Amino acid sequence: MPKDSGIGAATLRREDVRFLTGKGQYSDDINLFGQVAAVFARSTVANGKINSIDTTTAAAMPGVLAIFTGEDFAEVGGNPAGWLINSRDGTPMHEPKRPVLAHGKVRHVGDAYAAVIAETAEQAQNAVEAIEADIEELPAVVNMKDALSGSNFVHDEIGTNQCFDWGWIEDNRAATDAAIKGAHHVTTLELVNNRLVPNAMEPRCSMAQYNSATDEYVLHTTSQNPHLTRLLISAFVLGIPENKLTVIAPDVGGGFGSKIYHYGEEALVLAAAKKLGRPVKWTANRTEAFLTDAHGRDHVTKIELALDAEGNFLAFRTETMANVGAYLSNFSTATPTFLHGTLMAGNYTVPNVYVNVKAVFTNTAPVDAYRGAGRPEATYSLERVIDKAARELGMDPIALRRKNFVKPDQYPFASAAGLEYDSGNYDALMDKMEEVADLAGFAARRKESEAKGLLRGFGVNAYIEACGIAPSNLVGVLGSRVGLYDAATVRVNATGNLSVMVGAHSHGQGHETAFPQVVAEMLGIDASVIDIVHGDTSKIPFGMGTYGSRSLAVCGSAVVRATEKIINKAKKIAAHMLEASDADIELKEGVFSVAGTDRSVSFGEVALKAYIPHDFPLEDIEPGLEETAFYDPANFTYPSGAYCCEVELDPETGKVRVDRFAAVDDFGNVINPMIVTGQVHGGLGQGIGQALLENTTYDENGQLLSASYMDYTMPRADDLPFYAVDHSQGNPCTHNPLGVKGCGEAGAIGSPPTIVNAVIDAMQSGGKNVTHIDMPVTPHRVWSAMQNV
Amino acid sequence: MYAFDIERPETIAEAVAALGGEAQALGGGQTLIPTLKARLASPDKLVSLSSISEMQGIRLEGRDLWIGGATVHADVANDGTYAALSDLAAHIGDPAVRNRGTIGGSIANNDPAACYPAAALGSGATIVTNTREIAADDFFQGMFDTALNEEEIITAVKFPIPEVANYQKFVQPASRFALVGVFVAKYADGVRVAVTGASNEGVHRWSAAEDALSSNFSAGALDGLSVPSGNMIADLHGSPDYRAHLVKVMTGRAVAQAS
Repeated sequence: MPKDSGIGAATLRREDVRFLTGKGQYSDDINLFGQVAAVFARSTVANGKINSIDTTTAAAMPGVLAIFTGEDFAEVGGNPAGWLINSRDGTPMHEPKRPVLAHGKVRHVGDAYAAVIAETAEQAQNAVEAIEADIEELPAVVNMKDALSGSNFVHDEIGTNQCFDWGWIEDNRAATDAAIKGAHHVTTLELVNNRLVPNAMEPRCSMAQYNSATDEYVLHTTSQNPHLTRLLISAFVLGIPENKLTVIAPDVGGGFGSKIYHYGEEALVLAAAKKLGRPVKWTANRTEAFLTDAHGRDHVTKIELALDAEGNFLAFRTETMANVGAYLSNFSTATPTFLHGTLMAGNYTVPNVYVNVKAVFTNTAPVDAYRGAGRPEATYSLERVIDKAARELGMDPIALRRKNFVKPDQYPFASAAGLEYDSGNYDALMDKMEEVADLAGFAARRKESEAKGLLRGFGVNAYIEACGIAPSNLVGVLGSRVGLYDAATVRVNATGNLSVMVGAHSHGQGHETAFPQVVAEMLGIDASVIDIVHGDTSKIPFGMGTYGSRSLAVCGSAVVRATEKIINKAKKIAAHMLEASDADIELKEGVFSVAGTDRSVSFGEVALKAYIPHDFPLEDIEPGLEETAFYDPANFTYPSGAYCCEVELDPETGKVRVDRFAAVDDFGNVINPMIVTGQVHGGLGQGIGQALLENTTYDENGQLLSASYMDYTMPRADDLPFYAVDHSQGNPCTHNPLGVKGCGEAGAIGSPPTIVNAVIDAMQSGGKNVTHIDMPVTPHRVWSAMQNV
Repeated sequence: MYAFDIERPETIAEAVAALGGEAQALGGGQTLIPTLKARLASPDKLVSLSSISEMQGIRLEGRDLWIGGATVHADVANDGTYAALSDLAAHIGDPAVRNRGTIGGSIANNDPAACYPAAALGSGATIVTNTREIAADDFFQGMFDTALNEEEIITAVKFPIPEVANYQKFVQPASRFALVGVFVAKYADGVRVAVTGASNEGVHRWSAAEDALSSNFSAGALDGLSVPSGNMIADLHGSPDYRAHLVKVMTGRAVAQAS
């Protein structure tokens, strides 16, 4: 096995050749004969009654081919939520279906109420401006507290803005309350987990084709999960049979969660393509991305931590309001509940956990999973309140965490929030973190900063998260309407090279490099002869796509299972060729041999034989060498980590600069360490962006004030430090064949509390008793906080 | 973007002739083109000033630094004759902006958070147009408002070179325009302090600081001063009080680093 291409090799990403040379094929790069353009008319008010839409003038404008309004889709289905949540009283959540185009009312700025199809996008845009829509502006519901207490409803027919009132675990509630009541010390913290705009580099784009001769549709779209999109369109929205609809997600320029979901624009272009008999393309501009991509986070939380006199954690109790926006995006109900509440025991042996989440409708863009999805919110709440408790009790923040860590001999560990952690070693992570971060040198560095008039703060954080979503049998019990397995087909071609069709979708994760490393390792051949096929429902088996750091843990496991089947069959063929028994065949470094002899055939010879089976015993061996496996995990995987950072704070301006950052993660086994490091870097960039920079602000009328890069601060290279990233402390996952855990979201989960803890420490070191500051920790906020104590 | 015609005159006279009606002068386009793309403006015709050679270049004219109105920021950044001005130009936008955006375009637009207006006002520069010369003190008349008439083009800006000067920009984190920018320049006859980014009135001078610094050019001279916040901008990125505070901090830093 060449060491530079199997498991553990830091192979360069083969997909980067096309990305970096402009040869990527994104949805908008694909142009078809006869293609026309769709442009949407979008609401400029957050809440409005559609009195009338007059398209007469617009329809007569040059190039205009068709105009759709909500009326045209009144009879078709709506986009559903993928997860049913029941409230504490047992009643199911309120679930307004989102129509393809707004009908009757518009409910957020950017809500599409009409679409124009024209020969060119410019003509369509001109016609959109000529649509005469009489939309009566109504008072908007923006703030969650007001939404819950008021009588102005986003969905009149529901009669409340509360989607659900969820308790986790309801049976733990009384014990948690009692533990808090009787505790030696209770630390309370109210915080906001700020709303984020995903800002994928590639805006959404959808193009549909329709063939009237075969009644078949093809949809090219920016999706993280083409099969899921097809299922939603087929089963819920348009009713196109799945066998008549191909969904292709070609190269996709980043998703971060926002491209998991099915959006109305996809359905619109499909309907338009059929009506006109021509390919119809829509490409979002950046403003549309800001206004209509599903946003992330947006929690308002009160958390309490109860401790005994020795600093042992007795209970965490959390009350959260989670904004779901104006409509339920597909996973919006799972994110603040089962991806958040179940993590509220953290890395700790705390015996009591209770979480209450109220999901709230507002006249804002939908909110759904965004890199980390629920786990960053859980980690932020836990690790901020723990830090505050350490300060209140005068304890070292690392020692307090260590005191309460689950210990290595306690696995499998049943957490008080209902999960079973399979493996980990949080003290070892903390040890490594202290080493790579040079904690011993902090005091000297603080002195140097102070000599420059700057305050240096140290922040630490321990996180655990749940990845590899997820066991279908578990999520089914918890309300998921889909299964969460994945699938792979390994096709050995006659000439000995391989095509591996996977249900996972790569939009920055490096699957095209990492997955072949797994197959290469198993077969003992070079990874360069193995290619991944993904993103096309007509080519790949039914997998659930990529999100929740699941690709390798779930789909990679399916690849392993399918490759095992290949090996079994190849051994049969080799045994036939070598006139030996199957059981005596060994595979080593790409060669099948009869144990204890020098008789052998190469992998390539077996592959060729599989397709030229002139002498096969057909009752024992079928021709061909192609196998499919579906893999459904037994549990989530549980990556964990210890992060720390040092910030320098300018007390005159409030400006915070991240000087050092150390991220030590347990990802289990690592297939390609370079890709893993890159994933951590990306996650840290987004987490630091959330902590210091990114702020989504709606005014009281529901206008998005931060709707462009002039006001929404994306992290740039000079906002970020050099990172010390380490994943040497892996404890393999015990229940998947690769022992992998998932690395895509860790950085975004672990970094926000690390940064904020460090900012608090810096302010405290300057004699300012600031105990909390909300994200993003902008210079203005820091300066104001320091003025006010 | 709506459709428009474009002309590319090669002389100032041709440019003036081409303007008029709904025509709009186009400098480097770093503000205008995004505005057009967003369909927020719909001129019938753009008159590009970038091919006019007599509006290009940087040279010393006596004790003034003459900079052609169509000179891009990158050229000013690389010039170095007036170090504080070159340093300011080197920190406008990103490389793409600096290689397209022009000094004349920036000053004519008079964005309340732009850098160049602070340099022009802080240096007591002269704005040269196709018809007249205008002192910076008379030129800037509030946010996006200037003394320019319709069909008047900034052909050059003349900067008297000070003994020492410095520009301190505290950036608005998203746009990286100035949340508060302060340009301080010390001349034989006194100190000028110009503030950008902070005020609802746009770029303006801080006269109390000028008086204090003219008699004692040190950051300590500002100690007793306070900046009124009444007319400061309130937005997502800072309150009036914060901006007023930053004006003083940035002024002190500019004085300390003036060279």
